[in-house]
Amino acid sequence: GRILCQIHFILLFSRQGKLRLQKWYTTLPDKEKKKIIREIVQIILSRNQRTSSFVDWKDLKLVYKRYASLYFCCAIEDQDNELLTLEVVHRYVELLDRYFGNVCELDIIFNFEKAYFILDEFIIGGEVQETSKKTAVKAIEDSDMLQETVEEYMNKPAF
Amino acid sequence: AKYISQCIDEIKQELKQDNIAVKANAVCKLTYLQMLGYDISWAAFNIIEVMSASKFTFKRIGYLAASQCFHEGTDVIMLTTNQIRKDLSSPNQYDTGVALTGLSCFVTPDLARDLANDIMTLMSHTKPYIRKKAVLIMYKVFLKYPESLRPAFPRLKEKLEDPDPGVQSAAVNVICELARRNPKNYLSLAPLFFKLMTSSTNNWVLIKIIKLFGALTPLEPRLGKKLIEPLTNLIHSTSAMSLLYECVNTVIAVLISLSSGMPNHSASIQLCVQKLRILIEDSDQNLKYLGLLAMSKILKTHPKSVQSHKDLILQCLDDKDESIRLRALDLLYGMVSKKNLMEIVKKLMIHVDKAEGTTYRDELLTKIIDICSQSNYQYITNFEWYISILVELTRLEGTRHGHLIAAQMLDVAIRVKAIRKFAVSQMAMLLDNAHLIASNTQRNGICEVLYAAAWICGEFSEHLEEANQTLEAMLRPKVTTLPGHIQAVYVQNMVKLYASILQQKEQAGEKEAAQEITQLMIERLPQFVQSADLEVQERASCILQLIKYIQKLQVKEVPVAEEVIALFAGELNPVAPKAQKKVPVPEGLDLDAWINEPPSDSESEDEKPKTIFHEEEQRHTRHRQPEIDEEELARRREARKQEQANNPFYIKSSPSPQKRYQDTPGVEHIPVVQIDLSVPLKVPGMPMSDQYVKLEEERRHKQKLEKDKKKKKQKKEKRGKHHRHNSLHTESEEDIAPAHHVDIITEEMPENALPSDEDDKDPNDPYKALDIDLDKPLADSEKLPVQRHRNVETLKSPDSELPLEEKKSKKPKKKEKKHKDKERDKGKKKEKEKKKSSKHKKKKHKKEKEEKSKDKKKSKKKSHHSEEEPPASVQNGTLEDEPLPPMSSYRLLAENPYIKMTYDIQGNLQNDSKVTVSVIFENKSTSFLKSMELNVLDSLNTKMLRPEGSSVHDGIPVPFQLPPGISNEAQFVFTLQSIVMAQKLKGTLSFIVKNDEGSTHEKLDFKLHFSCASYLITTPCYSDAFAKLLESGDLHMSSIKVDGISISFQHLLAKICFHHHFSVVERVDSCASMYSRSIQGHHVCLLVKKGENSVSIDGKCNDSTLLSNLLDEMKETLSKC
Repeated sequence: GRILCQIHFILLFSRQGKLRLQKWYTTLPDKEKKKIIREIVQIILSRNQRTSSFVDWKDLKLVYKRYASLYFCCAIEDQDNELLTLEVVHRYVELLDRYFGNVCELDIIFNFEKAYFILDEFIIGGEVQETSKKTAVKAIEDSDMLQETVEEYMNKPAF
Repeated sequence: AKYISQCIDEIKQELKQDNIAVKANAVCKLTYLQMLGYDISWAAFNIIEVMSASKFTFKRIGYLAASQCFHEGTDVIMLTTNQIRKDLSSPNQYDTGVALTGLSCFVTPDLARDLANDIMTLMSHTKPYIRKKAVLIMYKVFLKYPESLRPAFPRLKEKLEDPDPGVQSAAVNVICELARRNPKNYLSLAPLFFKLMTSSTNNWVLIKIIKLFGALTPLEPRLGKKLIEPLTNLIHSTSAMSLLYECVNTVIAVLISLSSGMPNHSASIQLCVQKLRILIEDSDQNLKYLGLLAMSKILKTHPKSVQSHKDLILQCLDDKDESIRLRALDLLYGMVSKKNLMEIVKKLMIHVDKAEGTTYRDELLTKIIDICSQSNYQYITNFEWYISILVELTRLEGTRHGHLIAAQMLDVAIRVKAIRKFAVSQMAMLLDNAHLIASNTQRNGICEVLYAAAWICGEFSEHLEEANQTLEAMLRPKVTTLPGHIQAVYVQNMVKLYASILQQKEQAGEKEAAQEITQLMIERLPQFVQSADLEVQERASCILQLIKYIQKLQVKEVPVAEEVIALFAGELNPVAPKAQKKVPVPEGLDLDAWINEPPSDSESEDEKPKTIFHEEEQRHTRHRQPEIDEEELARRREARKQEQANNPFYIKSSPSPQKRYQDTPGVEHIPVVQIDLSVPLKVPGMPMSDQYVKLEEERRHKQKLEKDKKKKKQKKEKRGKHHRHNSLHTESEEDIAPAHHVDIITEEMPENALPSDEDDKDPNDPYKALDIDLDKPLADSEKLPVQRHRNVETLKSPDSELPLEEKKSKKPKKKEKKHKDKERDKGKKKEKEKKKSSKHKKKKHKKEKEEKSKDKKKSKKKSHHSEEEPPASVQNGTLEDEPLPPMSSYRLLAENPYIKMTYDIQGNLQNDSKVTVSVIFENKSTSFLKSMELNVLDSLNTKMLRPEGSSVHDGIPVPFQLPPGISNEAQFVFTLQSIVMAQKLKGTLSFIVKNDEGSTHEKLDFKLHFSCASYLITTPCYSDAFAKLLESGDLHMSSIKVDGISISFQHLLAKICFHHHFSVVERVDSCASMYSRSIQGHHVCLLVKKGENSVSIDGKCNDSTLLSNLLDEMKETLSKC
C-alpha cells in the first residue's frame, strides 16, 4: 500500500519545466515519480497566470506558487488546508532567502544539497517540524559550522 | 546524454577510490543526476559507505543521497540498520538529526521494527532539536510498524506538554495525523486538546488542533457544541486567513454533524457565510476560490443561507479564472430551487452564448443539464420550458455533448407523458431543420440529437401533426451523410411513422394518399440499402421488402394498416439502471455451486475409475428423488414464477407503478393553467425559453392570487377553531405547483429489490493497521523489540526504559501504589507462613515459577523474531480469533404500519444522573411523516429532559421529517436518580401522515425499557486493580447459572461485552473475568465460567440490588443463546 502523509511531495521547477528539486514523502517507484513530475509540470505551466494557486489532481490537491523564475509546488490531501500550504511554501522561500541572502534559481542549482538540507530542517516526513524561522536557520548554520570546522581540519596537510 | 554517461563513468572511477572525500563528492554528484531523472540505484552500496563516514560533512551527503533514492525495495537497506542505530545514539546532535531525517524518507517495516525503541528513547532526549525530530519520525514508524503505536503512545502524549514549543507542535502534529485516520481512539484526549486550543497562540498548532476536532466531533456531538464558541471567537479575531479558513471549515463540519437533534446555530452559519462572502469578494483569486469551495459545503446543509448570495455567485461566472467559474457553477447546481431554476438557467444560457473556448462552454452545457435534471427533475415545474432549453442548446456549435442532450430529450419524452405532444412537435422541427445541425458530423457532436429526434417522432408518432412532412424530412438524401447509428434509427423510425400515416389514411378512406406514401418509401429507401453501414443496410433492405409487399396488398385493396401498426404495438417503460443487479437470487439457487461435478484429479481417475462412477450414480439418484415429489415440483414452479415476476425482461401484466409528482400538496385542487401552444414557436429577437419564463411568472402570480383567496376562505372557516398548523404562508417551495399534471414514470425495479447501497471500504488502507485502542493496558507481548544479547537476557531487570514507562501507565495514582505495597507486605507475610507450614509446597511453587519464567522467555524471544504472536491471555474484549456474528444494540421500541422505532441507551461517565436514548425512526409507509413529537410519562425516578419552560406534559419534537422509506436518528436525554433497578416508561409518539389523500394524525404507544445494563459503561480494568477490588471485601456477591448454552465461549463473552457493556479483564481457557462500571460509580466484577452445556456467572458489586438485576438481565440474554 501507499503510505500517505500531509504533504505528499514537493517539486521545484523552472519556467522552462526543468526540475530543480524534488522531495517525496511517499514511497513510489521511480517510474511513477517521473510520470507524475512530467504530468504536474505540464499542468501547472499551462495554467494562466491569473488563476488561483490550487489544482485538483487525482485525489490530491496541488498547491503551487511562482517565485521569480521558479515554481514551488506541493501535493496535499483533500482535507488539508491550502492556505496553510501556501504559507509553508512561502516559509521555505523565506528560509532559503535568509540562508543564501536574496536567493535566486542559480543558488538552488549550485547548492542543491543545501536546499535539501534546509528543507529537511523545515519539513520532515511531510510534516512541518519547525515553525520558527530563527530556529530552523540556526540549526542549519550550526551544522554548517560543524562542516566548516571539519573541512578546515581536513584541509590541514596530513603528516 | 553523452556528456552524462561520461560523467557517470567519471563518478564510477571516483567511487573506487579510498578517499572518503572524493567518494562523498561523487555521491553528491549522483544525487544531482538522480534528480535529473537518472537511475543511480547501482551506487546504493557506495551511498551506505558515505553514510557511515565519521565526518558529518560526508555523512550528511550520504544520508541525503539515501533519502532521495532508497525505497522499500532497496535490498542493501538492511545493512544500514546498525549504522543508523550508531548515528542515532551519537553524542553529536547533528549526526542524530541527519540520521532521523534520512530515516523519515526511507524507513521500511524492518527498520521500523528494529529501531522503534531507539527512536522512542530519543523522544526524551535532552535537546529539543532531537526530541522534535524523533516525535515526528515516530509517525512514520507507526505507519510501517503499527505494533509500536501502543507502547510508544504514553510518551507521545507526554510530549504534548513539552516545555519546548517546537516539540509540542510536533507532538500535536503526529497525534492529529493519527487521530484524523482513526478518530475514535483519541476521543479521550479531547479535554487536553481543548486546553491547548484555548491557550495556544501558534497558528500552525491551532490549525492542526482544529483539524483534529473536526475529525472528533462526528463521534462526540457534545464536543461540537463546546467547540462552536471558541471557534467563532477565533473567526472574529484572527487576521490569519489560513486560520480563519480552517475555523470556518471546521464550524461547518461541526454544524453538519450536529444538525440532527440540536438547536440550530443559525448565528454561526450566518457568520461563516458572511466571512466567506468577504473571501469571495476579495481580489485574491486564491481566497475567492476557497471561499466558493467552503460555500459549497454549507450549501449541503443550509441551502437557504447560501441562496441569498446568489448574486455574488452569479458574478463569479464572469471571473477571468476558469477554475473559479467552474466552482461557481458547482455551487449553482446546489442552489437551484423550483423558484429560481428558470432564472438561473437563463443566466447560464447567456453565458453559454458569450463563452469563449469550447471546453468551458461544454462545461456550462453539462452543468445546465445537470442542474435541470438533478434528483429526478425535482426542480422543473414546466417541462415545455426544459424541452425548449434543450432545443436551444442544439444551436451550440462544436460541442462534444450532443449525446447528452439527446439522452435528456429521450428521457424526458419517455418519462413525462404529458410532454410528449410538445416534445414531438419540437423534434419534428429539429428533423425539418436537420441540415443546420447535420453539418457537424463528428462523433458525439450535436448531430446526435437527431438520433433522439428521430426516435421520439417515430415512437410517439400518434402525436405528430404533420407526419407526412416529417417523413419526407427523414427521407432526404442529406440524411445519408449522418453517422451510421443515427441513420439506422432513422430507418427504423420512418417505418413507425409510415405505419401511423398509413393507418390514418386508411381510416380516412384516402386510398390514393396511402399508396402515394408507400410509393415515396419505395423510391427513397434504396439510398439506405446502399449504405456502407451494415446496420443501416440490413434494416433498410428488410423494410424495403416489407413495404413492397404492402404495396402489392394495397394494389389488391386489402387493408393493411392494422397489421403494420401491430409491428410496433406496446409501450416501452424505462428500466432503472440498477434493476438487473437488484434481481434477488431465487431461493434454492446457489450461484457458487457446480452445475456439473468438477473434474476430479486425473490421477485418481486413472486409478479407480469404477468407484467414482459408482459414487456418482448414487449421488444422482439421491438428488433425483425429491424432484419427483409433487410438493417440490410445486415449490419450484412457484419459485420460477417469482423469478419471472422479478425479471425485468419478462413483460408483466400489471402496469408499472407510477409516481405522482412529489412535494406538491393537493395538486388536484389547483387549477392547471393551459398554455396556449399556438403561440408561434420562434419570436424574432427573443429566444423561446424566455417566453416560458414570462408565462411561468404570470402563472405563479395567478396561482398565488388564487391560493390567497382560498386561504382567506379557509381562515373564515377555521375561525373559532384552534388550529396552529399551516397558517403560515409565504411563497415557499411547496407552493409552486407544476404547470402540467406531470407523471414522472419511475424507473422499474424488481419487486423485492433491497435498497442497499453498501459502499465498500478500501481493504488496502494503510491507516487501518493504526486503528488501535490506545486506552487499554499494554500486554507483555506488545513490548517493542529491544536489542540485547541473548545470553545476557535476564528476566528480573528489564534494562530498557520501556518497562518503566509501562509501570507508570499501569499505576495512574500514587495512592494505588501505596495500597499495593501494603498488600505486597501482607502477601509476603502470608508467604512466610506458608513456607513454614510445608516445604513441599514451596518446592512446587518454585517449579511453577520456573515454568512461568520459561514461558516468558519463549514469548520474548518470539516477539523479537516474529511480529505476529498470539497474546497469552486475551485482554479487554479484543477477541480477534474468530469472526463474531453481527450484533446490534438497537432494540425494537414500537412499530405500526407507518413507522418503526428502535432504540439504544447510553450513559457517560461525566454525568452520573443522565443517560442518552438514541431512537431510530424508520418510515415504513409510502407517505410523508412530519410533526413527530415524542412524549414520555415521567416516573419519580426517571424523567425526560425537556427544554426550559415547558411542562411535564409537553412532548419533544423530533427534529426532522421522514420522507417515505427513510430513517433517521434522534437523541433524547433522561435524568435519573437511582440506577439500581430497571425502569419502564410509557410514552407516545404522535405524528402527521401526509399523502395524496391528505393528512391524518397518528399515534404510536411504546414502553421505553431502561435496563440496568444501560447504566453501565464499558470501562477497561487492569488485572491487578481488578484483583484488589475483589479483595477489598466491600462488594456484595451473587451468582447465576444458565443451562443449555451451545454457542462458543468467544461469542458468549462478546455478547456480554456488547449487550451488557462489560470488558474482559482476563481470560484463561473457558473462564474469564470481566468488569464494568455504572454511571454512578458502582464497580461490577464478573467471573464467567463455561461448563459443558452451561455457563455460571459469579458477580460482585457495591450494590446488591443492582447486581441481582444485572445478573437477571444477563440470564435472559444467555437463555436466548
